[in-house]
Amino acid sequence: MLYKNKFIVAVPAALLLSGFATASQAATLDDVKERGNLNCGVNVGLAGFSAPDADGNWQGLDVETCRGIASAIFGDPDNVVFTPLTAKERFTALQSGEIDVLSRNTTWTATRDNSLGLNFTATTFYDGQGFMVSKDLNIESLEGLNGASICIQSGTTHELNLADYFPSRDIEIKTVTFDTPDQTAQGFAHGRCDVLTSDTSQLSALRLQLPEPDSVEILETLISKEPLGPVVRQGDDQWLDIVQWTIFAMVNAEEMGVNSDNVDEMRDNPPNPGVARLLGKDGNYGEQLGLPNDWAYNIIKNVGNYGEVFATTVGEDSPLKIQRGMNALWNEGGILYAPPIR
Amino acid sequence: MSRSPSGDRVALWRNPTFRALLLQGVLLAALVALIAFIVGNTMANLEARGITTGFGFLDERAGFSIPQTLIEFSGDSTYGRTFLVGLLNTLLVSAMGIVAATIIGFAVGIARLSPNWLLARLAGAYVEIFRNIPLLVQILFWYFAVLQALPSPRDSLSLMEVVFINVRGLVIPDPQPLSGFAATPWALLVGIVAAIALGIYAKRRQARTGQALPIYWLGAGLIIGTPLAVFLLTGAPLEWSIPELKGFNFSGGVTVIPELAALWLALSIYTASFIAEIVRSGILSVPSGQVEASRALSLPEAITLRKVVIPQAMRVIVPQLTSQYLNLIKNSSLATAIGYPDLVAVFAGTTLNQTGQAIEIVAMTMAVYLTISLIVSALMNMYNARTLLKER
Repeated sequence: MLYKNKFIVAVPAALLLSGFATASQAATLDDVKERGNLNCGVNVGLAGFSAPDADGNWQGLDVETCRGIASAIFGDPDNVVFTPLTAKERFTALQSGEIDVLSRNTTWTATRDNSLGLNFTATTFYDGQGFMVSKDLNIESLEGLNGASICIQSGTTHELNLADYFPSRDIEIKTVTFDTPDQTAQGFAHGRCDVLTSDTSQLSALRLQLPEPDSVEILETLISKEPLGPVVRQGDDQWLDIVQWTIFAMVNAEEMGVNSDNVDEMRDNPPNPGVARLLGKDGNYGEQLGLPNDWAYNIIKNVGNYGEVFATTVGEDSPLKIQRGMNALWNEGGILYAPPIR
Repeated sequence: MSRSPSGDRVALWRNPTFRALLLQGVLLAALVALIAFIVGNTMANLEARGITTGFGFLDERAGFSIPQTLIEFSGDSTYGRTFLVGLLNTLLVSAMGIVAATIIGFAVGIARLSPNWLLARLAGAYVEIFRNIPLLVQILFWYFAVLQALPSPRDSLSLMEVVFINVRGLVIPDPQPLSGFAATPWALLVGIVAAIALGIYAKRRQARTGQALPIYWLGAGLIIGTPLAVFLLTGAPLEWSIPELKGFNFSGGVTVIPELAALWLALSIYTASFIAEIVRSGILSVPSGQVEASRALSLPEAITLRKVVIPQAMRVIVPQLTSQYLNLIKNSSLATAIGYPDLVAVFAGTTLNQTGQAIEIVAMTMAVYLTISLIVSALMNMYNARTLLKER
């Protein structure tokens, strides 16, 4: 082990070749603090999840997750540098240490969690693979897609799901593969394919980019489970905990009714011991993570609770208007469930 | 120990041969040590990060599909097979590009030297336009601006109702050989052999009598005529699968996907602009006395160009042409921008992403490009050695 770390600085060529430029073994938190900002990998452009707005500021659910982590560490949501990544680039960027956390609508799968040297932290959005078609085609079920051309993004779980689903049902399809979500939408708009497939959340976003969003529909059938969430490098448990508990804090805050408007009042007069623990009035839950004790207060003050973020990025207050569905709290009909802070 | 010219013994370290050998030995050892260190360091790092290594993944099920495959491929094929599919797609577009770029390049290069003012200026404009626009922009232009503007399958442009062009590509009839067709390829082979034999005979006859046979017409007649005659005599045992619009897409026939067409067009047209300049410089390098001498013998212009100018120009052209061929092969990896399933898009893209084995896959991909380029280079060098001036 000594052999390795000693030479890491000495022979940059070796590291370039192996593709692990500045990845340090542990203590991502120390690196982030020293650097003064969080390096966060996001999608190159996917409305609702991560896309730059008219002023060039990144917006979206995945972006807010990173701003939440930055708030927990620095108390400031703006200490984040966003790196846009395609599906194909994302894991290498994280493995090589170019980014500290990958928050890019990435599906949690066994291979990715177990063989890439990465760890998934928590699920921020429960999704499934769906299909978008033109309304003119009058297609009601996936059986009606026999012979169709399907546009798809390369390097995704969707490619694998398609090859699992259709051949076993004797439905013949032709795939047309592109690099970015934008390109798939463009191919669909130009008629290169009859069907566009992706996570339904992504389809809702891509639909808005089409010349006539009302001329298409998203079929009801979903063919896969796609739990999306942030990813970190394996081997740094403290860092994994920080990312994981940032998300848990946001979900717990929604469950307790703490939001960005009432968080100051709640901190000054906690209505119950649970809120006191969340907002750092009781216990040392921040210190356990290596963070200031008001970590969760900062997240909620700056970014909001999960429900607020959902509503403004992909939900009812956004152009996407995605229903909460599975992503509602466990006590409101969904499956969102965060471990308690105690 | 060795001896100085005068016969005295000198210290080993003062012997220049030994010192040169020692220095090279040390350098070699240092290089080997560096490589060993890099490999060891990489392996240690990968293991420390819990990243799976090795080539075992090549036997695993790939589980994704590829839009264009020259060999049998399905979701149940292995990752190793995706490598082959990608490699063949790269070779296909490279070979098509090299042939087209060479033909266009020679035509434009010769046209640029034409005494016809309009032709020469048009050729000049071609070179200046296509050489000075980045290749990636040209690929995107052909793909998005030209081919994606074609009509949908339902409104396809058709030629005699058997060939169709639409936004999803060019659909042409697919020949299906019936029993008895096997004789035709053999007849083609016989025709080619006969044409070569005729060529050798014609050359000897010309050397002996000074009379030339119309070898191009006779050769073409042999190569085309023989298989055609056999084909008709065996009762034309070929059936055409005519494309037909069924549901979403055409069924039957062969589809040339627009990604291939766009990449092929862009690579050919871009590289041809460089080849044209190389051809021009090659022709200009032939001393004008050669042309004048040929004219003095009252050889026709076409013969002068073909038999006097081009063979001498080739000596200048070939080494530069090799570089252009190599560039074209490597540039074909820009395919990934428009989703043509070449080696980089399929293997170093999707397969890498699905398996996460970056180092193995990138190393294999680099090795492939290196091997293809070295082979092309070796072939061109062989050709160059043959066309060199025989100095006596």
